[in-house]
Amino acid sequence: MAPTRTDAEAAWRVATPEQTILQLQGISKSFDDKRVVCPLDLDVRHGEFLTLLGPSGCGKTTLLRLIGGFERPDGGTILLAGRDITRLPPNQRPVNTVFQSYALFPHMSVFDNVAYGLRAERRPRAEVESRVREVLNMVQLEELAGRRPDQLSGGQQQRVAIARAVIKKPRLLLLDEPLSALDYKLRKQMQIELKRIQRELGITFLFVTHDQEEALSMSDRVVVMREGHVEQIGTPRDVYENPSNLFVARFVGEINVFDAEVAEVLGDGRLVGQIEGRRITLPARNGGFAVGDALHVLLRPEDLRLLPPEREEGFSGEVVERNYKGMTLESVIRLESGLQLLASEFFDEDDPDFDYRLGERIKVTWVPNWEILLPRETARAV
Amino acid sequence: MRWLKHGYLGLVYLLLYLPIAVLVVFSFNASRNPYRWQGLSLEWYARLWDNDALIQAAANSLLLATTAATLSTLIGTLTAIALHRYRFRGKRLLNGMLFVVMMSPDIVLAISLLVLFILLGVKLGYLSLLLAHVTFCLPFVVVTVYARLSGFNAQIIEAARDLGASEWQMLRTVLVPIIFPAVMAGWLLGFTLSLDDVVVSIFVTGPTFEVLPLRIYSMVRLGVKPEVNALATVLLMLSLLALLASQYFLARK
Repeated sequence: MAPTRTDAEAAWRVATPEQTILQLQGISKSFDDKRVVCPLDLDVRHGEFLTLLGPSGCGKTTLLRLIGGFERPDGGTILLAGRDITRLPPNQRPVNTVFQSYALFPHMSVFDNVAYGLRAERRPRAEVESRVREVLNMVQLEELAGRRPDQLSGGQQQRVAIARAVIKKPRLLLLDEPLSALDYKLRKQMQIELKRIQRELGITFLFVTHDQEEALSMSDRVVVMREGHVEQIGTPRDVYENPSNLFVARFVGEINVFDAEVAEVLGDGRLVGQIEGRRITLPARNGGFAVGDALHVLLRPEDLRLLPPEREEGFSGEVVERNYKGMTLESVIRLESGLQLLASEFFDEDDPDFDYRLGERIKVTWVPNWEILLPRETARAV
Repeated sequence: MRWLKHGYLGLVYLLLYLPIAVLVVFSFNASRNPYRWQGLSLEWYARLWDNDALIQAAANSLLLATTAATLSTLIGTLTAIALHRYRFRGKRLLNGMLFVVMMSPDIVLAISLLVLFILLGVKLGYLSLLLAHVTFCLPFVVVTVYARLSGFNAQIIEAARDLGASEWQMLRTVLVPIIFPAVMAGWLLGFTLSLDDVVVSIFVTGPTFEVLPLRIYSMVRLGVKPEVNALATVLLMLSLLALLASQYFLARK
């Protein structure tokens, strides 16, 4: 039997995680001659949790609004499941949004808020009733169905906003910094809850945040943005451990940057770098550095080691600040060259050398092979 | 100190309400002389009821105020929504012009409207009054509704569109219900403005349609009659009711 049209459709709907649900092609947007989104391409895979991460003003929210249909791009195409939606108004896009301010309808009960999307589609009353109950149950708000938004706590309002957006089973859910108004504990709780909702519904999430910790802990992939450009796309681990440039390295977590020069390339591809007047063996990188090249050697604070001053290896410095962080102890060390480093150590009660005092002289070294090597950037100051 | 505070407050209220109190009290005066108290009577209310010209003028005024307020509320609300929600050419100009109408003295508006009506051949009467009253009520409605619109989160509108509502569905189910208190307040404001306008009305009125303030004005020119006190008391009660109603609507957020 020849495959019918419905078969083809069914096959298309059972998408594998590798399939693309949303494609942005050369999308750009300016406001009053100010480029907010430079022409950029982005693919969102079916079922993934993708986060747009960047400082405020980097264009991440504008990108979300372009996908939601609240702004028209100056150029480029937006494809949703292969269909061009660039010119469609928001109500005709199978995409829903959780707004930063929640944007609940103040004159409606929780039930009516959640039912709004289905009623706009003129769904039968019985279906509306049962689906609203189901979604409210999922976000644990069944008892509050009759309340008005102003009678709810911030966390509860957040749940209503999520329920209202997912009830229409969108192909793609857009979340615009949805957790930024919540306090720390509630935010942690909602992060877990959002992940659970995403797993249960299997909806693709496109999440916007400026909080790198949130981005790393929640996402399947992270898109780091700056000034309307995509700086790097990768898994949280990729972005953290292999940043593609200084901006990404600095934005995603704390980082120490040494300026170095290649003094020698060893036979096995490893480099010998000249850092702060010392020769250090650096791991082989596919960058293909040659002798004389200027580069940055980057180290995360947790990879630095502090040693007593009488040790041979390491850079001499002085402890200028100590911050107790609960699980870790953060020290700021000033090297003789004036370079300031941030070191973060986990408590180890067996280590007698651990507790350095302010002003004490020490040596700084790091775990070999954990360096990140980047070509020296001069023009683009961060 | 306490004594001073209460005394001062009392003085302010006395200054504000004493004239009104006198008026209300004297509307129940049995004497024809408006300056001497001769015991309680409802005579002037009876006379008022029998004064057909006055009742007719009152009816005219109510009709005019109701229609003018309704019309300006319709136009004004749509204008406020357009100003708030859409970008279009001449938006800032329109915004500025509203304030020009609001700030310009009544007399200027009155004369210019009269000239305009004569030029256009509009017959002076109900229609000319209605057009004039809509003109001066409109900016107040726009400002009232606009204030409400700018006070609320624009993302609410986007949320409605995002959830599948067409522009019209969104207006009907979200925007209008949210701004409804301000629309009502705008209507009441327009109603009051129209009801007690003298300056503009005196210029654009015609012999076929006499409104209450002008009728009273002509009566008073020959000395204050106690009937006028009675009429003023009735009007005062009506304004109080309107005020209470508007407070009720505004409090219902």
